[in-house]
Amino acid sequence: MYGKGRIIPALILFLGLMTAPMWFKSGDVSKLPKPEKPKDYTECVAPTQFMRTAHMQLLNEWRDDILREGGSRTGKTANGTEYVRSLQNGCMKCHSDKKKFCDDCHNYASVKPYCWDCHLQPKEAM
Amino acid sequence: MRILSPFIAVLALIAVALVAAQVPGGQALMGIILPYLAFALFLGGVVYRVVQWAKSPVPFRIPTTCGQANSLPWIKQNKIDCPSTKLGVIARMILEVALFRSLFRNTKAEMYEGPKLVYGSSKFLWLFALLFHYSFLVIVLRHMRLFMDPVPGFVAALEFGDGFLQIGSPVFYQTDALFLGAIAFLFLRRIFLANIRYISLPADYFPLLLIFGIALTGILMRTVFRVDVVAIKQLTHGLATFSPAIAGQIGSIFFIHIFLVCTLLIYFPYSKLMHMAGVFMSPTRNMINNSRMVRHINPWNDPNIKPHSYAAYEDEFREFMKESGIPVEKE
Repeated sequence: MYGKGRIIPALILFLGLMTAPMWFKSGDVSKLPKPEKPKDYTECVAPTQFMRTAHMQLLNEWRDDILREGGSRTGKTANGTEYVRSLQNGCMKCHSDKKKFCDDCHNYASVKPYCWDCHLQPKEAM
Repeated sequence: MRILSPFIAVLALIAVALVAAQVPGGQALMGIILPYLAFALFLGGVVYRVVQWAKSPVPFRIPTTCGQANSLPWIKQNKIDCPSTKLGVIARMILEVALFRSLFRNTKAEMYEGPKLVYGSSKFLWLFALLFHYSFLVIVLRHMRLFMDPVPGFVAALEFGDGFLQIGSPVFYQTDALFLGAIAFLFLRRIFLANIRYISLPADYFPLLLIFGIALTGILMRTVFRVDVVAIKQLTHGLATFSPAIAGQIGSIFFIHIFLVCTLLIYFPYSKLMHMAGVFMSPTRNMINNSRMVRHINPWNDPNIKPHSYAAYEDEFREFMKESGIPVEKE
C-alpha cells in the first residue's frame, strides 16, 4: 500500500465521522417522551394515531380555514361532541400543560413549531 | 433501452419494500437487520476500494496540467492549475473537492452551418452538481436529529435555516426542492443532450433514479403520508445505540424510504458513486507537477539492472558496430 501515512488517517476519520451517532453522546434509548394526557377528558378531535402523526397539518388547516376562508370556529368529533377549533381555546383547554404535553415529543424529535411566534405561550410554560 | 432497466429496478425495489412491510417479520428485517447489513457493507466496501486503489502504484507523474507549468522566471506560472509545490496541490484539491473546479471548466461543442465547430462555456452542470451535492449533505446532516439524543446544536440550526420560509406545517425544507430540481436537471441532461445520452449507461441512470426515489419518499413522508416521528426516532436512535425496537405504528412509506437508502448504501462502494473517495485518490489531481525538478524512480525497477548510457553502450560494442558499418561517435 502506498501513501499509508495519509490514507490510513483519512480512512479512520471517514469511519469516525460515519459512525459518529454511535459513539458521540448518543444518549439513552430508554428515555422516551411520555406526553401527559389530560385527566378529565377522554376524547380528542380525531383518533390518536391521526393526532400523533398529523396534528400539525390539522392545525394548519384550521388556521387557513378560519383566518383566510372565514370557516367555522366549532367542529364536531366522530361521536358528535362539539369542540372549539382553536389552539389556545381548543387544544390547550384539555392539554393545558405545554411543557408536559407539547414540548416532550417536540424536544425529543428536535421540532420547533412556529405556533408560538404569534400565539401567546401559556403562563406556566413561560 | 438503457434507461428502462434502471427504472424498472427502482420500481421493483419499491414494490419489494411495500410487500415486505406487510409481511410479519418484514418490518424488523427491513428496519433493523437490513440497515445494519447495508451500513457494514457500505463502510467495509469503501475501505476495501480505497485500500485496493492505494495498492496500485502510480510510477509516473500524471497530473492534468490545466495551466502554465513552472518554467523560466519571467513566465508566470499557474500555481493552482499546474502546481509545482505541495501547497499548490492542497489548494487545488480543496477547490476541487469543495467547489468542483474541474466542472467549472466544462465546455460544450456545437456544430453550425459551414460546417463550423464552436466551443462555448457551459456552467449549468457545475451549478446543478454543486446544488445537488450540498443539498444532499444538508439533508444527511439534518437526519442526525433521528440518530442522536440530545440533538446537536448545529443540526437544529440547519433545520431552522432550511425551513426559514415557514411554508406549511411541518415546514417545507428549501433543500428538498433544490435537491429534486438538481436531480431532475442531472437526469434530463442525460436524456435531452444527444451526445450525453450516447455515453449514458444504466449505471448512470440507476443512482439518479434511486436517489430521486429516496428524496421523493422522504418528502412524501413529511408532507402527505404522515408517520409517527417519535416511533421512528425510537427505531433509528435504537439503531445508533445498538438496541433497536419497532414500536407503535410506522407507515409503509417509511419502509420504502429506508429500503431504498439501504440499497444505495450497498450499491455505493461498487459503483461510480465511489467518486466520493476517488476524488481524493485521483493522481491526475493530487500529484505535484515537478517531473522537471525531481527525478522520480519507478518503484519496481530491478536494482540489479544498472543504467546503461549510450556512451557506455558504444564503448562495449564499438568494434562490432564498426565491422557492420554503423557510424560511431568516438572513433
